Amino acid sequence: MSVVAPAPAKEVRSALAPRRSGAGMWPVVAGLAVIAVVFGSINNHFLSPENLANLALQMAATGTISLGIVMVLLLGEIDLSAGSVSGLCAVTMAVLHVRHGWDPVPAIGVALALGLAIGLLHGLMVTRIGMPSFVVTLAGLIGWQGLLLYLLGQGGTINLPFDGLLARLSDTWLPNWIGWLLAALIVGAWTAGGLISRQVRRRAGLPHHSALRLAINLATLALALGAAVMILSADRGVPLLLVIFGALVVATDLVLQHTAFGRWMYAVGGNAEAARRAGINVRRIRVIAFMAASFFAALGGMLAASRLAAVNQSSGGSDTLLMAIAAAVIGGTSLFGGRGRAYAALLGILVIQSITNGMLLLNIDSSMRYMVTGGVLAIAVAIDSLARRGNPR
Amino acid sequence: MISVRDVHKRYGAVQALTGVSLDLHLGEVVALVGDNGAGKSTLVKVISGVDVADEGRIECEERTVRIANPHDAQALGIATVYQDLALCENLGVVANLFLGAERRRWSLLRHAGMERSARDLLASLDVRIADIQAPVAVLSGGQRQSVAIARALVGEPRLIILDEPTAALGVEQTAQVLDLIRRLRDRGLAVLIISHNLVDVRAVSDRIAVLRLGRNAGEFRTADATQEAIVAAITGAAV
Repeated sequence: MSVVAPAPAKEVRSALAPRRSGAGMWPVVAGLAVIAVVFGSINNHFLSPENLANLALQMAATGTISLGIVMVLLLGEIDLSAGSVSGLCAVTMAVLHVRHGWDPVPAIGVALALGLAIGLLHGLMVTRIGMPSFVVTLAGLIGWQGLLLYLLGQGGTINLPFDGLLARLSDTWLPNWIGWLLAALIVGAWTAGGLISRQVRRRAGLPHHSALRLAINLATLALALGAAVMILSADRGVPLLLVIFGALVVATDLVLQHTAFGRWMYAVGGNAEAARRAGINVRRIRVIAFMAASFFAALGGMLAASRLAAVNQSSGGSDTLLMAIAAAVIGGTSLFGGRGRAYAALLGILVIQSITNGMLLLNIDSSMRYMVTGGVLAIAVAIDSLARRGNPR
Repeated sequence: MISVRDVHKRYGAVQALTGVSLDLHLGEVVALVGDNGAGKSTLVKVISGVDVADEGRIECEERTVRIANPHDAQALGIATVYQDLALCENLGVVANLFLGAERRRWSLLRHAGMERSARDLLASLDVRIADIQAPVAVLSGGQRQSVAIARALVGEPRLIILDEPTAALGVEQTAQVLDLIRRLRDRGLAVLIISHNLVDVRAVSDRIAVLRLGRNAGEFRTADATQEAIVAAITGAAV
């Protein structure tokens, strides 16, 4: 028995209108442009290839943590423990690797598994006991920090060998030709994806983008990637750390947009009761989101340790967590759940790190830096709140 | 198609259902009526897997089945449209229609295939929505009701349960929904509607089952029943 009528009626062309989902990413992109112009005009070193390469290195660790924050924010939850967890996992890795002489790869594996286990614990406390995620992860913020200090013990700092896998990770620069090849492959993949999607929609008789629109999108992507590779090649090349972070962001977004799991994340964030009635295992989605948050935190901890070539008592401490959350929100992830893309982590951390980097270049005190970052965060949340209120319910 | 046999359900101190039975057949619209607190919603929750009965059993085509969660009900071909519609406001129409039943290939969502079916389905129900990708939050109340009913049809169910389908609608939209319910029956589906509105119930149903204080309180063929007899069964007054 089929309930589907045979005759495809006249399609409504307005379906080509852009998806209305909050303010989208354009405010952030505009903000980035303003930041670039302001700092670039005050200090001509800001837009230099060397500084932009440093910027790329600086944002990878916190950006990866922020990616995990996006996953929990999509459900309308929060993870305050991400900073502590990143530090704890980095310390665990360093203790195994340096003090116990493990190979780096199994040490990293254990540390990442620890991240997953912590996320599982948080998720179960939220879903099984019904504790608010704010409290669960606040306890985590304090508790995991304590465990970090305990593991680190006396001394307080563990240096990673400079010629080891981890230290080399953040000092690896792709040769120019690989950078260009990578950019070409990405543009090629996007072109193929766009063409296939357009072809499929056309064959199904659905409204589809014009070839011109597709070409403009692809040209924008190619220009952005080309500019990035060109600037970074003028310095030391494309940093491997940036490639890793970028790949994580793209992979996460593809999962969120094109798998049922991703669809269910948005559904649970939008209306958990509706998702439950649709037969979605809401508990499992929640637990997985917390595991993803802690996993990305652990991964970010590895990247931070790699960049510092050491772990110490302030690993994952100070403003790491706050910057990760601020980045996710500035990038356009709604605190109310159900809206946002993985790209928010990339755009948001780019804004925050640009401000930090630019102010350091100008020798401005960190008091000023915090105030400006706070202001940007407030503006981002204001835009989110207004966009939400603008939606007729 | 589905038979409920001697079901009991208790919430804390409240005995919501006491030995309730109900038979539903393909190609027939059954209306479930009763006063507030009569147990209509509880019975629907038990059939749709939202709640599990304390005692009693549910049979599907002569076989006893277990409906422990909404997924079990879905697998048996039972779809429910709740009064609060249960739509995800942040998702588009297509995403809502296929929520929990997404079509996939190699675990990737089949966006185009789902949108094609969604457009065909909405066209067959004479539902007009300008931007099918826009979040449901921007649709009108009538459009959302239509999306919710269309969504119940996506899984190609055999039984559709409609909880107060006309409660929030105007005269013209009510007529459209009643037409839609008749179309569902003509397609051979079993339909169970819960309603306070006896006019709508008499207009569309084939059979009326009355609940009162959690017990069966009478069953009528709509064609033979008088309004007075139904009201008497609902209120418990002697005829």
